[in-house]
Amino acid sequence: MKAALAERSADVRATWPPLPRRTRSRRTALTIRTPLSRRAATALTVGSLAVPFACWVVLSATGAVPATFLPAPGAVLSAGWEMARSGELAVDAWTTTRRVLEGFGLAVLVSVPLGILMGTFHAGQAAFEPVIGLLRYLPASAFIPLLIIWLGLGEPSKIAILFIGTVFFNTLMTADVVRGVPRALIDVSYTLGARRGEVLRKVVVPHALPGIIDAVRVNAAAAWNFVVVAELVNSTAGLGYRIVRAQRFLQTDKIFAVLVVIGVIGVTIDVALRLVRARVGRWAA
Amino acid sequence: MTLELVDVSMDYGLRGREKRALDGVNITVSPREFLCVVGASGSGKSTLLSLVAGLTTPTSGVITIDGRPITGPGPDRGLVFQTGSLYPWRTVERNVAFGLELLDLDAAERRRRVDWYLAETGLADVRRSLPRQLSGGQQQRAAIARALVCEPDVLLLDEPFGALDVQTKEDMQLLIRQIWRDTGTTVLMVTHDVEEAVFLGTRVVVLASDPGRVAADLRIPLAEDRTLATKRSPAFLELRASVEDLVRAQHRSGVAR
Repeated sequence: MKAALAERSADVRATWPPLPRRTRSRRTALTIRTPLSRRAATALTVGSLAVPFACWVVLSATGAVPATFLPAPGAVLSAGWEMARSGELAVDAWTTTRRVLEGFGLAVLVSVPLGILMGTFHAGQAAFEPVIGLLRYLPASAFIPLLIIWLGLGEPSKIAILFIGTVFFNTLMTADVVRGVPRALIDVSYTLGARRGEVLRKVVVPHALPGIIDAVRVNAAAAWNFVVVAELVNSTAGLGYRIVRAQRFLQTDKIFAVLVVIGVIGVTIDVALRLVRARVGRWAA
Repeated sequence: MTLELVDVSMDYGLRGREKRALDGVNITVSPREFLCVVGASGSGKSTLLSLVAGLTTPTSGVITIDGRPITGPGPDRGLVFQTGSLYPWRTVERNVAFGLELLDLDAAERRRRVDWYLAETGLADVRRSLPRQLSGGQQQRAAIARALVCEPDVLLLDEPFGALDVQTKEDMQLLIRQIWRDTGTTVLMVTHDVEEAVFLGTRVVVLASDPGRVAADLRIPLAEDRTLATKRSPAFLELRASVEDLVRAQHRSGVAR
């Protein structure tokens, strides 16, 4: 039967036209996942920073855009220097940073244990996942009026916005990471005599830790966004407040200077968390 | 230590749509035995080990150790998976020490025991390496050492060499035979590799597929001292062929073609 089959299919195949061949695409700088030469990579990175900066210099120097809209780099630098010298920049930066530490810190304290709970126990997942999945789609900025009614104009409402803006995402991301702990590692730990709490403490948490730090890093960026939004409404200090005040007097150079400071602090937080992640997650490299 | 499976059946899936993975399995493992269970995929080999490990509970039947029923996983039944069950953030020595860290032992006592098993499995030189820095064979040796340091009544091996290249696999087979003789532990190993089962086992159980049940249970009358030359001896080749025929026959009957 096998021979008959081979004969028959050979007959049929002889009548088939040859399969069309495709021409291969050439290797270029845009071949998927192909390393670029070091020089080309550096050139692209430098260019991506230098070109926009050059545009800025040219546009402001030629007066093509009025200085009220786009202040010259030099003006931004001196506005920043002025604010730094008077001490108000340091106060604003610290006020904003402290709010992030408090609001986002609180969110981390709540979301990490909750996420571990949800990622570990089906009961935790069943109880919290639907609610949190819904709540995270409510934009935190939409809560500002409500929070002001509930908590007043002071610090608590600003901390609460930060908290609401980050706690749900960080919980779900933590739960996801914890769910990624391989089943085999948990099973094998039981056969080595570990009890439930020991499995959680000595296996689940250490395995999930680098991923949890990643989640915190991503959400720290979100927190840094929310704090400025929170400060745009009724503050007496902070980087967001400084922007609103500068706007009132059309001091675009000051606004730009504050934006630069916000960027620098944000990047610093990101780099710091990256370093922690690299240290904690050395085993995963 | 005697391990006994009495009329063990296991169903998977939801009520009304269960699939039977094991059907009325009876196996007795005597002390110091090296029992290999072979079968094609779908014969419920891994299910069998997971039941003995206590990670799952049989739908019906009982599993006992010295007459006491198994109620859950424990260090008296050490388990080694095919791959990737080492703690990736722990060094080799700290992986091996895991089970001992849970006990009330002083550091010197722990160290003494870990050292012995690291030496026995040939891992002394890489004791401070992380799992990802090890070869596949070294990783499996570490997993075996980690299970053995808890001095289990029975060592459960789930296709432990299935992901290794042929040469490493043979090294590991010789090593596990040596460990078995040095430590006097009982071994229950599951594999789809008939040659491996006949080479390692003092006894081989053949499982039939769909549902898994015992199709044959035979003693392997080879000398205790087995080397790679054993694999070329006529006695070995004959045994291997007969077990292969058994597995193949069970596989055919399971798959309609």
